[in-house]
Formats: sequence, structure tokens, C-alpha cells
Amino acid sequence: MKKEYDVIVVGGGPAGSMAARFAAEQGVSVLMLEKDRDIGYPVRCGEAVSKAGIEEFIEPNEAFISATIDKFGMIAPDGTEVVLPLEQIGYMLERRVFDYELAKQASSRGVEILTRAYVNGLLFENEKVSGVKYEYKGEQHELKCKVLIAADGVESRVGRWAGIKTHIDFREMESCVQYTVSNIDVDPNTLLFYFGKDVAPEGYFWIFPKRNRSANIGLGVSGEIGKKKSAQTYLNTFMDKHYPDAPILTQIAGGVPSSITLEKISAPGIILVGDAARQVNPLSGGGIVSGMIGGKIGGTVVGEAIKKNDLNHILTYDKAWHDRLGKRHEIFERLKNGIYNFSDEKFNSIAHAFSKVPFEKRTLENIFKTALINKPSLLIDIAKVFIIK
Amino acid sequence: MGKRELMLLIEVLPNKCDFCGCCVGVCPEDAIELKEAEIKIDADLCTNCSKCVWSCPIEVLKFNKPQKKG
Ligand SMILES: Cc1cc2nc3c(=O)[nH]c(=O)nc-3n(C[C@H](O)[C@H](O)[C@H](O)COP(=O)(O)OP(=O)(O)OC[C@H]3O[C@@H](n4cnc5c(N)ncnc54)[C@H](O)[C@@H]3O)c2cc1C
Ligand code: SF4
Ligand code: SF4
Repeated sequence: MKKEYDVIVVGGGPAGSMAARFAAEQGVSVLMLEKDRDIGYPVRCGEAVSKAGIEEFIEPNEAFISATIDKFGMIAPDGTEVVLPLEQIGYMLERRVFDYELAKQASSRGVEILTRAYVNGLLFENEKVSGVKYEYKGEQHELKCKVLIAADGVESRVGRWAGIKTHIDFREMESCVQYTVSNIDVDPNTLLFYFGKDVAPEGYFWIFPKRNRSANIGLGVSGEIGKKKSAQTYLNTFMDKHYPDAPILTQIAGGVPSSITLEKISAPGIILVGDAARQVNPLSGGGIVSGMIGGKIGGTVVGEAIKKNDLNHILTYDKAWHDRLGKRHEIFERLKNGIYNFSDEKFNSIAHAFSKVPFEKRTLENIFKTALINKPSLLIDIAKVFIIK
Repeated sequence: MGKRELMLLIEVLPNKCDFCGCCVGVCPEDAIELKEAEIKIDADLCTNCSKCVWSCPIEVLKFNKPQKKG
């Protein structure tokens, strides 16, 4: 290990690995610190991504692809099920392997990696972040860097220490539980979403298939719902009703910060990427690809800044992110508030209307149209999603 | 100056935490320390606002009503 690095990345998830990789590709020295003993584990994730999304970063490989997705199913509160073909192929990942591969990819560009390194404070010089304090195997250490990249996920404490407000409103935190179960009968190529106040109020409940008849089953609830009933209670109720005997291979808890991106994601000597910056798509809760995109943009800007010896250049990251995805997430946020507040009756009537459409004519666009008949004011927001690419 | 002389009313129930970070992400005071498998609430920073309790997906955190003195 060196005494000092150009860039230190805190957190070894997809956003951290991509930030590290793209910074290193600019020819600067990079160290990535991860508090867990393993990159990629535990997996706090439903593991669904779009094929096009990951292809920007890595060649799809069956080592980390558990299933191919070509359909999307919606189950209304009254049990009506509508399945529609997806125009874009998706994948179910094995994130345990996927995250590992991303970190290996970064290391092949020269990134150094240290696990079991818990970052617990920052160093400052002239009010600029200039390094980290971390605990490694019981001992406290310090390391300097020119720029720090906070990729510390949902917790996002590193940014706070630099004076950025990163905590989110408890109503926007989707607190999740998920079981990975085996031996269940689900279509191996369909992502299933359940809606309704009894299964997943103000959100959705998911069954995402994985290879060999296993699946990720879970849901998230906002803190507002959590005041009365926890995600765990909802999951227990669902499992008792639908899969009382399914073998449970893994149980995890996890948080999805379902908000728009933080107002500020850079400050002197530091940028934030991925969940730490709140770069999750607030409508779907998907944050793997968007975090990797944030990491790519951020890592590149940081690498360039160091190469040019112009550290103020890192402050251009906010706008670059906003232009690529941040702006779109603001629209998704409004759509989320529209759709997730539908009453059970509304979900039912959408499903009924939709089940009359022949399978070949079922498109996401059509489902939106059907939703619109029920809530015309959504039209404006949806139009924006498609216009502002 | 400490954050007033508040008594910590949030309890972490033992052996239940999954170390997922939901509570940390919503805590306005940055009062929660979360390592790979260790969680701690800093009584000097915590204001007992309960946001972490509402955001814990698996009911690890508990708000204990203050005991009336005397
Ligand atoms: C239940 C659930 C289901 C989900 N399903 C999907 C899905 O189907 N599709 C999708 O696209 N997204 C999904 N997401 C979201 C997705 O998992 C995240 O958006 C993604 O992992 C974010 O990547 P990241 O690199 O920003 O953060 P993370 O992957 O969370 O990585 C952050 C890393 O930082 C480390 N860290 C934190 N603090 C410190 C510290 N102080 N010192 C050192 N290291 C630290 C952590 O240990 C962690 O490894 C889901 C999330 C949850 C919780
Ligand atoms: S009660 Fe409020 S201040 Fe205290 S730890 Fe929980 S969220 Fe933080
Ligand atoms: S939200 Fe609950 S399970 Fe998650 S870290 Fe906090 S106390 Fe533990």
C-alpha cells in the first residue's frame, strides 16, 4: 500500500467499483476501502437489471446471470394477473459474483482494494477533504488523498462528515426485507409485481425468479407505513398465505433511498456516487445501473481533475449527473407519487382493462395509457419522461 | 456543549440487527454507528426522534416511553 493516493473510494459496491475503475482509467492512483470482509456479500438486493444497462460496463456472462427476463407481470389486489412482454430484455444477477467481477475489473485497471477497512472519519486541509481515518483489524489508521469518492451506500455517512446533507426523509426510505427461496413454481422469465394496500402499501411486492426454481421474494415499505407495521410483518403474511413451506435460503434486510438525487453531490475534495448520492431510480427502486452510471461519471471527472491539476473541476460532476439521469429521476419521483397512491379499486380496474388487451398488444406504453384513464393528470408527467430523454 | 441532557430512549434489541443501514440513512443527527456487524447509538447525539424506529424493516429498534420520575 502507498502512503498517499490520488483517489480513495469508500465502499466496494457497483458505484464504488465503477468510480474507482473510471478514475484509474485516467491514469491516477486509486484505493478502494470496504468495511465488509467480502466484496459483494451480503447481497441486499432484488438483483434485476436491464441488459442494455449493464452492457455499458461489462460483457454479460452466465457466471453472474441467473435468469433472463422477457416478461413483466402485475398482480392486482383482487388477484387479477396481467403479464406483458418487455420490449427490452432484462437479467437477474448473482450479485455476489457480479459485484466481485466489477471489483476485479477495477483492479485490472490498477485499483488497489482493501476489505475489512471501516472508514470512520475524514481528514481536512484548508476546509477541503484531504483523506480518511479508518479502522482495520482493530487499529486506527489515516490515509491522505487528493479526492475522496463516497460510495458508502444507503447509510451515506461519509458525505455528512464533509458537510453535505445526505440523510433522507424517513417517508422516502423504502425499508425492505427479502427472502431467497428455493423449490417454488414461478415462471423463470417473468418479474412479478404485486400491488395493493394489504401486500405492499404505497409500493410493490416482488417475486423475481432465479435459476433452478428459486426466487427473490420481498417488499419495501416507507417509514410512514413502518410506523404501524414493519416490512417483516408484511412479508410473513404473504409467505404464510402463498408459500408456507418454501425453503428459505437467505433472509436479508436493506434500504432503498427512493428519493431524487441530493441537492449537492460534490464539495471541495469529495464527490458522492450511487446510493450515497441518492442516485436510485425512485419509481422502480433500481439502483445498480444508475449507481454505476453515477460512478462512471464521477470517477471520470475526478480522474480528469487530478490529471489537469484542477481540483475545482470535480464540481462539474453535479451537472453532468443531472443531465444524464438526475433530471429524469425528478420526473420518476412524481410518477411514483401518482402511481403508488392508487387505491386498490384503481389497481383492479387497470388490471381488468388491461387483461382485455391481447398479449401481443400489451406494452408498457399501453399499461400507462390504461393507468392514465384512471388518473389523467399523470399524463403530463409521463409525457415528460418520454420527451426529456 | 452536548445535545442537552436527554436520556436515550431508543433501544437496540439484542441479536436482531441485520446491519442494513436503513436507520442510519434516515437519522438526521448521524447518531448511529454501523460496522460490518455492530450497531451503536450515540446518546450524546440522539434526539429520540424515532425516525430510525419507523425505518427499521425488521423491528430491531424500540422507543421506550420515558419513566416518570418520583
Ligand atoms: C431489498 C433491495 C432490493 C433491491 N433490488 C434492486 C433491483 O432489483 N435492481 C436494482 O437495480 N437495484 C435494486 N436495489 C438497489 C441496489 O441494491 C442499490 O442501489 C445498489 O447496491 C447501490 O450500489 P452502491 O454501490 O451505491 O451501494 P452498495 O452496493 O450498498 O455498496 C456500498 C458499500 O459501502 C460499504 N460501506 C458503507 N459504509 C462504509 C464505511 N464507513 N467504510 C467502508 N465501507 C463502507 C458497504 O459495506 C457497501 O459494501 C435493491 C435494494 C434493496 C435494499
Ligand atoms: S431517534 Fe432520531 S436521532 Fe436518535 S438515532 Fe434514531 S433517528 Fe437518530
Ligand atoms: S434498520 Fe434495523 S436492521 Fe437495519 S441496521 Fe438499523 S437496526 Fe439494524
